[in-house]
Amino acid sequence: MKAAAFDYVKPKALSDALSLLKQGGDDARLIAGGQTLLATLNMRLSEPSVLIDITDVEELKGISVIGDQLRIGALVTHTEIEDSDLVAKHAPLLKAAAPHIAHRAIRNLGTWGGSLAYGDPAAEWPACSLALQATMVIHGPAGERKVSAKDFFIDLYTTALESDEILVATEIPLAPSNQVFYFHELARRHGDYAVAGLAAVAQKDGNILNNCAFTFFSVSSTPVMAIAAQDLINGKTLNSELIAKAVNAVRDEIDAIADITNSAEAKKHLIGVLLERGLRHLVA
Amino acid sequence: MSLKKKISMTVNGNLVNAEVEPRRHLVDFLREDLHLKGPHLGCEQGACGACTVKVDGQIIRGCLYLAVQADGCVVETVEGLTKSGVLADLQESFMRHNAMQCGFCSSGMLLAAAELIEKQPKANREEVREWISGNYCRCTGYHSIVDAIVDVLDARAKGQKIKPVSAHA
Ligand SMILES: Cc1cc2nc3c(=O)[nH]c(=O)nc-3n(C[C@H](O)[C@H](O)[C@H](O)COP(=O)(O)OP(=O)(O)OC[C@H]3O[C@@H](n4cnc5c(N)ncnc54)[C@H](O)[C@@H]3O)c2cc1C
Ligand code: FES
Ligand code: FES
Repeated sequence: MKAAAFDYVKPKALSDALSLLKQGGDDARLIAGGQTLLATLNMRLSEPSVLIDITDVEELKGISVIGDQLRIGALVTHTEIEDSDLVAKHAPLLKAAAPHIAHRAIRNLGTWGGSLAYGDPAAEWPACSLALQATMVIHGPAGERKVSAKDFFIDLYTTALESDEILVATEIPLAPSNQVFYFHELARRHGDYAVAGLAAVAQKDGNILNNCAFTFFSVSSTPVMAIAAQDLINGKTLNSELIAKAVNAVRDEIDAIADITNSAEAKKHLIGVLLERGLRHLVA
Repeated sequence: MSLKKKISMTVNGNLVNAEVEPRRHLVDFLREDLHLKGPHLGCEQGACGACTVKVDGQIIRGCLYLAVQADGCVVETVEGLTKSGVLADLQESFMRHNAMQCGFCSSGMLLAAAELIEKQPKANREEVREWISGNYCRCTGYHSIVDAIVDVLDARAKGQKIKPVSAHA
């Protein structure tokens, strides 16, 4: 199908993008990689009257280390994350997750910021940003504000972003040297959205894990943290008995919802399977 | 609304100036306005990969990219890459393995495979399968396509070329 007609503008400065967005109101839409937006326009699920292409805005680009944070600009593509040495060193979870996002031709254009702003509960980046305790840097008419990932994902495709705001970058604490991580998703075909997935990090000391952050995606209306399971695992020697307790805890705690092909029960089962595999991997 | 925009880009080595509606995606522009029929359209929603073209050196979905976005860019299609010889050994290998039954998906497959060979020259069979899973072929079980790509990877690793088969030597 073909998209309905729209106008197209390509500002060079963040301030211009912000005023165009304000001016355009509900009829304007930002376009970054376009890998979600253009599919919805082609299907006429959305008919904005103007697209604001932000890909020339320098403030939104680049990966850098600033102090004790890894800063990833909103326009950084999935491929850039996949290929970045800085990411591999300071946020290795992201490097492990990247190849699971769609296929290379889509990763070449799709962006970190677009994925977070869209807030798809089945997407990899929202779950990873939650596990890594990322902070979202947002610009709007009133200037800059920061929102933690924990407070950013509010509901299905709903984030803390207001309609006149732009996600500029994300700040992620640099991985400590004893950080271990696990990323796995169960999908019908490589590159498809997961039926259920787990993004996990912890600090490892022998058989003991601390500061555990286990986030599940594709199981609920937002990515979710397994808080009860984390509390069980933190600071204790990991053995089969503790793993079994954590698996029960996570199945009790997370309120899985069905999708078109998978029941809530199936997802609940898979959450436990993923956690068990993840815990064994983290202490291996 | 017919707010046409002026754009210019390099397509297969030639400078192209045009006026397009912003909603025209890149493959419609290449096919309808420039009469390049190499890139195909299957789903127009990013799922099948038939529309794969190169923009500024990397493969993209031509159905999820607007012609106006390509203003100032270098665009390459299977036609241009065939002429320059970049795809020659892959094309030869696809022929040898009968890896292009109806050919609808082949141009996208070739471009995707070329990027794999460039980015991951040591890819194993499993990685070839994963990579190529982004391109639908409706005719087959991918086996011969994967065989063809693996042969090129092997040949390149040994510094060899895939030689033409005798039938059309
Ligand atoms: C076939 C296919 C398979 C896919 N599979 C996966 C997958 O497995 N996992 C996955 O995570 N994704 C998948 N995607 C989506 C893809 O990763 C997208 O690139 C990504 O979700 C959106 O990023 P984008 O830059 O393309 O955003 P766009 O499509 O440009 O924008 C998406 C939305 O975010 C808004 N937006 C964009 N940037 C900003 C910003 N900086 N500030 C505020 N709002 C902004 C836009 O206005 C729009 O509403 C798939 C896409 C396709 C076509
Ligand atoms: S036509 Fe572009 S992916 Fe199918
Ligand atoms: S050869 Fe026919 S679709 Fe692939």
